[in-house]
Amino acid sequence: MKKSKWRWGFIDAIVVVYALVPVLWIVSLSFKTPATLNDGSFIPRAWTLDNYRGIFQTDQFIRALGNSIGIALISTAIAVALGMLAAYAIARLSFPGKNLLVGFSLMIAMFPQVSLVSPLFEIERALGLFDTWWGLILPYITFSLPLAIQTLSAFFQQIPWDLEKAAKMDGATQAQAFRRVIVPLAAPGVVTSAILVFIFCWNDFLFAISLTSTERSRTVPVALSFFTGDSQFEDPTGSISAAAVVITIPIILFVLFFQRRIVSGLTSGAVKG
Amino acid sequence: MTRTASGTRRKQLSAEKRAERRLGWLLCAPAALVMLGVTGWPIVYAIWLSLQRFDLKFPDQQEFVGLANYATVLTNSYWWTAFGVTVLITVISVAIELVLGMALALVMHRTLVGRGLVRTSALIPYGIVTVVAAFSWRYAWTPGTGYLAGLFGESAPLTERASSLAIIILAEIWKTTPFMALLLMAGLVLVPEDLLKAASMDGANSWQRFTRVMLPVMKPAILVALLFRTLDAFRIFDNIYILTAGANETSSVSILAYNNLIKGLNLGIGSTMSVLIFLSVAIIAFIFIRLFGTVAPGRRDK
Repeated sequence: MKKSKWRWGFIDAIVVVYALVPVLWIVSLSFKTPATLNDGSFIPRAWTLDNYRGIFQTDQFIRALGNSIGIALISTAIAVALGMLAAYAIARLSFPGKNLLVGFSLMIAMFPQVSLVSPLFEIERALGLFDTWWGLILPYITFSLPLAIQTLSAFFQQIPWDLEKAAKMDGATQAQAFRRVIVPLAAPGVVTSAILVFIFCWNDFLFAISLTSTERSRTVPVALSFFTGDSQFEDPTGSISAAAVVITIPIILFVLFFQRRIVSGLTSGAVKG
Repeated sequence: MTRTASGTRRKQLSAEKRAERRLGWLLCAPAALVMLGVTGWPIVYAIWLSLQRFDLKFPDQQEFVGLANYATVLTNSYWWTAFGVTVLITVISVAIELVLGMALALVMHRTLVGRGLVRTSALIPYGIVTVVAAFSWRYAWTPGTGYLAGLFGESAPLTERASSLAIIILAEIWKTTPFMALLLMAGLVLVPEDLLKAASMDGANSWQRFTRVMLPVMKPAILVALLFRTLDAFRIFDNIYILTAGANETSSVSILAYNNLIKGLNLGIGSTMSVLIFLSVAIIAFIFIRLFGTVAPGRRDK
């Protein structure tokens, strides 16, 4: 027994190292001084916070961060709200066209997004949506809806809806039954799908680089690819690394606090074929 | 007496049914409309654009040219190079991910110690912004700067084709193996523990238990994971953009379409590539479903 514990411990360690090394490397780069930046050492020989101070003094990064946060939050709120309505219908009601909707949303999940870049570029220019928040929010909602609908309907199917009836029998009004009984039961599923959708929007690069052209709506991943340093002689590696670490923090927090939910959300209803 | 009662009940039922239907449609309508509006209409528009000569640098020369753009793209060596690169990256990365993902799924599912720790760490590559991970790999392989750069002598790996492709595949595998593992784990939990015990009583060793008991039960999960990841890998963009920007013939079809559109401002050719990529993905999905009989996931109500 003891021996197998050691063996598992060793295997676990490999997984942890595999997952963390690239992250730790970018963290290490972000703390290096300009002089030690190119020494190739995995651990900084001299530490500095200058890279972080630097990016938070530039408009370029702060505006991109604001855009990233705003766009991801609005997209998540709308996608989860629309997803809840549809998932409730899929989980609880029977109506013709249900399978069609499920199949259609699955198709969207596999859709090659680059195929939409050229028509959306032209349509958004005509509608005045190009290089605006909404120009990104719309495709983000669309491509995260399949994820939201799938995880939410899987969660909704597990809710014991009879409890609502029972609460009403005990004298609760419809609104009370919903608020006191159903909402607490549904909340974990909603939080899970919100996290998954947020990660998706936070992550996007293709739409963000194709459908924006200025700091007005550029998100951080795109701003990173345009970072050049304060002057043309300056190596942007330190700034890019610091900015990269900043946008990784929310992901790490989600993973630390919601690991169980993310795992169950991603595995739920993935296969019941 | 009884007849009228059952008659009204039937009528009530159908009224109730109709109300349920209407509510169902009403609740699904917003989601369906957004998805249709942002994908359906643009893809039709892309087909229309692909039949035009339409270069934003010369907007007055727009005209209907039929399938000429398709002929241009399909006889172009850049397109076929990019297509080959995309297929190569897809096949190699998905094959390795399947093996690694299966191992990771087994570890996450069966480990005796630190299960939470393993699952938490495995989620980091899944969650991290692809561009961030790509920068990490780029700097790791940059001569002088990176801890990996000296691994194969004094060369600059990201300036040569073969080594660039290898690094792109490495970055892709690192990022998406955990996702593959999670999809496989969904199949792993369906394997009945009793069945494994029975097999081991009958003298099956662990390899036999894996191939004869677990794999058959997991087959649907494996096929779904493969389908998802294949289609996802085929649209690879972020990693290549950051790692090589398509230099030294490492462009994927997505990079090529993006370059024609945003850098070349050629909407006609860009759209043609968009449509061709869409068709390729549709064909891959069709082959998967026909060949392996993959049941569409999410349709659990059969």
